Amino acid sequence: MKKNVWLLAIGLIAVALAPSCKPKGAQSAITGDAASKVYVAPGTHDEFYNIVSGGFNGQMSVVGLPSGRVFKILPVFSVHPENGWGFSEETKPMLNTSHGFVPWDDLHHIAISMTNAEHDARWAFGNANNTPRIARVDLTSFKTVEILEIPNSAGNHSSPFITQNTEYVVAGTRFSVPVGENSDVSIDSYKENFKGYISFIGVDPKTGDMDLSFQIEAPPFNFDLARAGKNKSHGWFFFSTYNTEMAHTLLEVNASQKDKDFIMAVNWKKAEEYVKAGKGKKVKAKYAHNKMNEETHTATSTIMEEVLVLDPTELKDIVYFIPCPKSPHGTDTDPSGEYIVGSGKLAAVIPVFSFTKMLAAIENKDFEGDVNGMPVLKYESVLHGEVEKPGLGPLHTEFDGKGFAYTSMFVSSEIVKWNIETLEVVDRVPTYYSVGHLMIPGGPTGKPHGKYMVAYNKITKDRYLPTGPELTQSAQLYDISGDKMQLLLDFPTIGEPHYAEAFPAALIKDKQVKFYPLEKNNHPYALKGVADARVERKGNEIHVYMTSIRSNFRPDNIEGVNVGDVVYFHVTNLEQDWDVPHGFSIKGANTAEILIMPGETSTYKWTPDRPGVFPFYCTDFCSALHQEMQGYLRVSPKGVNTPLKYSTGEAQ
Amino acid sequence: MKPLSLFNRILILIAALTIIPSYFTPLWQISLWAPQYPEGLNMKIWIDHLSGNVDQINGVNHYIGMRHIGDEMFPEFCFLIYVIGGLIAMGLAAFVIGRRWSLYGFFALIALFGMGVLVDMYRWGYQYGHNLDPKAAIKVEGMSYQPPLIGYKELLNFLAYSGPDTGSWILIGGACLLILAIVRDKMEKSIPLTK
Repeated sequence: MKKNVWLLAIGLIAVALAPSCKPKGAQSAITGDAASKVYVAPGTHDEFYNIVSGGFNGQMSVVGLPSGRVFKILPVFSVHPENGWGFSEETKPMLNTSHGFVPWDDLHHIAISMTNAEHDARWAFGNANNTPRIARVDLTSFKTVEILEIPNSAGNHSSPFITQNTEYVVAGTRFSVPVGENSDVSIDSYKENFKGYISFIGVDPKTGDMDLSFQIEAPPFNFDLARAGKNKSHGWFFFSTYNTEMAHTLLEVNASQKDKDFIMAVNWKKAEEYVKAGKGKKVKAKYAHNKMNEETHTATSTIMEEVLVLDPTELKDIVYFIPCPKSPHGTDTDPSGEYIVGSGKLAAVIPVFSFTKMLAAIENKDFEGDVNGMPVLKYESVLHGEVEKPGLGPLHTEFDGKGFAYTSMFVSSEIVKWNIETLEVVDRVPTYYSVGHLMIPGGPTGKPHGKYMVAYNKITKDRYLPTGPELTQSAQLYDISGDKMQLLLDFPTIGEPHYAEAFPAALIKDKQVKFYPLEKNNHPYALKGVADARVERKGNEIHVYMTSIRSNFRPDNIEGVNVGDVVYFHVTNLEQDWDVPHGFSIKGANTAEILIMPGETSTYKWTPDRPGVFPFYCTDFCSALHQEMQGYLRVSPKGVNTPLKYSTGEAQ
Repeated sequence: MKPLSLFNRILILIAALTIIPSYFTPLWQISLWAPQYPEGLNMKIWIDHLSGNVDQINGVNHYIGMRHIGDEMFPEFCFLIYVIGGLIAMGLAAFVIGRRWSLYGFFALIALFGMGVLVDMYRWGYQYGHNLDPKAAIKVEGMSYQPPLIGYKELLNFLAYSGPDTGSWILIGGACLLILAIVRDKMEKSIPLTK
């Protein structure tokens, strides 16, 4: 009996100990009062706007920090049936390219406009990865107002990073490709025929209008990411490269052979001088430049014909290569501009380069070789030092403005905090799971707001209620105001976020457009009041000049349309009040709805395919009588002469 | 009749001058708040025009059949500038005359004007609130929408406020100066000045 009790006791202890034998993994609990730090009381506002790339959804999302709440999905490169982006006649030209209308893209990175290396938050730039483009979003209207296609580029990944006064937005090509008239070449001839183009897009300091100023013809590497120099390194740009092996097949292996690839340092001030001196060469290239006019509410697309190219093998002292271990992904400059951090995703260390040493090495011709005549600097001469044992798979680095850097580690699924001067690792926190980009508000600028940090992860697994095979992407918010990083919040995101930027809400929240003044509406089909509502026939085109105001459309009874006609509803929202959009859609339309903002005119194209009476209605719940906001359009068979007739809403 | 003291005459002058801002400042305001309008809708009535969220108020009010508010709704806008001008002239005259009857007379004019404005506002508010389109979408049995004359009033989902605006407040200040002048004048009369 006594023996049995002992055995039972031993057994129980063994069972109790068994789970604790397994080493602890990345399962850290929330400590302290995290909830109150992310609680934004009802009716109060978040402290930061977080503009988050949507990755494969081709959009941006607007998120508040610290709450993690999503305020808006902002369509950029992808059509958005929710508000008619890419469906209305006015917005279709925004998605035009040299390949025609492209309804989707992959938006990876955000750049918020800067002045003196600080966010001014006038515009947000985003890149299209697949069909290379750069978009500019106006942050007073949260609307995409300009899209510029990038010629000679493929896989616009190293983009849209900007200089400290938004002088330039860059676009480096991920895929090197053959360019020009003879691009039908054997893929085997990669080394001879392929080029890696880097584009510098000038930004008008007043209007924000973009212009492809010049391109640099670089060797056929893969350009991955970039960051402008700032403050003391203002005037330089740093591009990470991989596949300096110049492989064109099975890159997984063939582009991972060298111990070191390069960070390409570009002296863009010097390049600017060469452009001014007429050293560029004009090359034929087709690319679309699309602009939204906020007074006509209409976009135009212009196909450009040529681009200015600089050849750095002839024009010395523009391009230098810094050896960087191994297949660097992120290249980031610290707030002072002195340090350049290369995150070699297959490397065991994080190398930190010194801008001062780089200039000295150039001065002293401290070269270890060259690439087609462009100098390769000596690694040791440029190196400030290496962060030892930081973790596995370093990808990106952000800064807190207090002397620390934070590097995301994809493979070991953590963020590592280290001292920029001493290169010592001072803290690490797990992420859930496999963090890609990380972001500190103002992190890439000269003046970071070192209060919060967000990890945007690639793998979600068990973090939320499961939703079948396809899951949301997870993000974590950390408090970085103290010595130790503290996990505060775990929140789902839209699309697949890559990079994001955040800035204080106070920069823009009082500058928001609330409606478009009707008197400034110069749309050719705009109506300024209900009196002019009408229907006109031009051949087989029917133009409906329509008004919408709570809660009616004028006209709302239309007859005299035939099968074979094309109907254009030009709907003007006459409201002059905030938050009163009206929507429009008609039965059987092969497009989407349109949402018309107050004071805006938007055009909905519809081709009736059969006779009948087709209802249309307001799709945005606008008022108490929203359900009454509707109308009918009669379609007669082809050849039947039903007189054109419309009523403008007289009470019966 | 007895001449006024110099001080009281100056009070009359100041009171007359306080009418001048009526030309440059709003005289009356009407504000509306609703759950959907936390920031409020505000309409200001000036000497000869309206300003503020008049279009939004019209947009909201058409559901209950209220008339479209516009400058043409106020015939007062055609003659108010002359009435106010006349008041200023009378004030200046009272100052120049400087007799007790001129002070009393001017005060009486101002008081009459003030009452006239209130009566007129009430009349307009009554019309606006009761004279509803029979085809209105929303009809609430027995409900009328007369805005408050002065102060707050709840009208369906709206809280309405009506009251004087900058110009009127300055004018009321001027009227108070006249009262002060009258009181001073009375005291000078009842307490004979001794040497």
